[in-house]
Amino acid sequence: MVSWRRRTKAEAGEDKPQPGQAKRDVEIIEPIEIQPGDPLETVLVSMGRPVDVSELDLDSEALSTIRRAGAEIIVPLIGQGELLGALYLGRRLSDQSYSADDRRLLTSLAAQVAPAMNVALLVRSQQAEAEERERIQQELQVAALIQHTLLPKELPSVPGWHVDAFYRPARAVGGDFYDFIDLGLGRQGVVIGDVTDKGVPAALVMATCRSMLRAAAQQKTSPAEVLAEVNEALVDEIPPAMFVTCLYAIIDTAAGEVVFANAGHNLPYVRSSDGVVELRATGMPLGLMNGMEYEEKVYRLQDGDVMVLTSDGITEAHNPEREMYGFGRLMGRVARKVRDEDVCSSIVSDLEDWTGENAEQEDDITLVVITRTSSAELAASTFDPNPGEETLATFTVPSVEGNELLAIDRVVDAIEPLDLDLSDVERLKTAVGEAVMNAIEHGNEFNADLEVSVDVRATPAAVRVRITDYGGNKVIPEAETPDLEAKLAGDQTPRGWGLFLIEKMVDEVFTEQQNGTHTVELVLNQRGES
Amino acid sequence: MTSANTFEARVSSGDRGPVIELTGTVNKAAKEPLEAAYEEAASVQGEMRLDFRAVDYINSTGIAVIVGLLAKARATGREIGAFGLTDHYREVFEITRLSDFMTIYDDAKSAK
Repeated sequence: MVSWRRRTKAEAGEDKPQPGQAKRDVEIIEPIEIQPGDPLETVLVSMGRPVDVSELDLDSEALSTIRRAGAEIIVPLIGQGELLGALYLGRRLSDQSYSADDRRLLTSLAAQVAPAMNVALLVRSQQAEAEERERIQQELQVAALIQHTLLPKELPSVPGWHVDAFYRPARAVGGDFYDFIDLGLGRQGVVIGDVTDKGVPAALVMATCRSMLRAAAQQKTSPAEVLAEVNEALVDEIPPAMFVTCLYAIIDTAAGEVVFANAGHNLPYVRSSDGVVELRATGMPLGLMNGMEYEEKVYRLQDGDVMVLTSDGITEAHNPEREMYGFGRLMGRVARKVRDEDVCSSIVSDLEDWTGENAEQEDDITLVVITRTSSAELAASTFDPNPGEETLATFTVPSVEGNELLAIDRVVDAIEPLDLDLSDVERLKTAVGEAVMNAIEHGNEFNADLEVSVDVRATPAAVRVRITDYGGNKVIPEAETPDLEAKLAGDQTPRGWGLFLIEKMVDEVFTEQQNGTHTVELVLNQRGES
Repeated sequence: MTSANTFEARVSSGDRGPVIELTGTVNKAAKEPLEAAYEEAASVQGEMRLDFRAVDYINSTGIAVIVGLLAKARATGREIGAFGLTDHYREVFEITRLSDFMTIYDDAKSAK
């Protein structure tokens, strides 16, 4: 409630005494709030005219304040039947009572002020609403920017796997997020999560949680331990009444094994040849309380299996009859084989059919679909075919010490029809042996579950052998000429001959790191043809 | 066939000094038996020679083992020679410059 007071002469610059007039102090009546429900409001509206304070007998806090301030008369400002404000006037400077003319003048003044004040209040209210809308819009833009910045820019491209993702924020921008973390050695981390709340607070918590997950994922190999560590860190950081649901899985891309833990997020579905299964693992959402432990489960994906991770924006979407999309319908959709296996589009399309056209999206929608296409794709995955090239052999060997000898034998068998010079065969054997040994030891770190892939191809001009391991995130040193004198003097380790030998044995060596894999390509020109 | 991942080293006597007969694959697993054979051969006077006739594969870690052996010999002023290398491994010894620090004999007859 707006209140008005008489402006003092001092404020008006009129406090200099006029000739013949005695100087007199003017009391200032401070603005007085009339709280909603105060009986004074009802009385002023009902009387609708200047009222003497002395004639009022009310249990009113505002009236008591007005009395203490020395007001004698209250002039209500009424617009459209509502009290917009009031003028409080103290005693007249002449010490005389307010006359009937004074009261008519005040009534007339109030009648003119009230509509103007009504308009002013309306304008102010609209300005406040516009500013609030602008503030909310800016906040949503900030939240959307944070989310857009932190969501993956591209999908992982792993040989033998197809990864797809769909994210559409609600107008109010919720706290959904997903992430892919390359853990090296053929392991791919996958995260999907949802922060309670919306807007900037949710986006900031999402950013914090994402950073914590990424840091923990590089230090721990157990999804359950990663979630437990993030929970401990997040409890101290997260605002009250907020929490994060999150599923974290590590996929061994060679073996197809998925190790996962779940902090209260929607269960993932897997469509296999036996139907659709839920991947269940129990755990409390992140950020609620300390000391949480998370169940960890393992599931092995076979060729053709599809794993679907979702957010609750899908299952909790409503149709015009206010029925939820629900888990059953989602599960049924996952079970359905679709053209080109575009599971993402299939689910989104079905969801849109459910909610109806032009329906405002209630929450963020996030989908991550991971398909194990073929376990045999690794070897041939990154091999750009050359014109006239013939595949002589494609095989893998487990990363066990000594298996470089197996690889050498397979390569020798493969190139036998080429009838190469014996010296060239021997050089290629040494180069292949060194490259496969490096892949086993440095690329795959002797992890017997990881395989080294070997691809042998030939053109009339050259034999190309590509050796691929999972050391895609490692720094590969340049080949250097070893300092034999220093080694013989004991100043350097006797080792360090591998890359040097590879370079000396073949005509060209190319290396390539992509999608978590590292490939060495050995090129041996066929003499007389190149 | 390169699959036999085994190694043996045996010391015998030649006309000019001890001979270490190497058999199988020379890689890092050869370090211990080869060093043991070296210690045994070191007690015999004369030029020490490595017989590679029964070696089917040498990799970079095997080269490192031979470098280690050569370093040990040079520290005590002991001469080391080698024979029985295939053309390929003779080329490897030249590329690695091992042949600059040990005499490479064409055959067993000239070595012994």
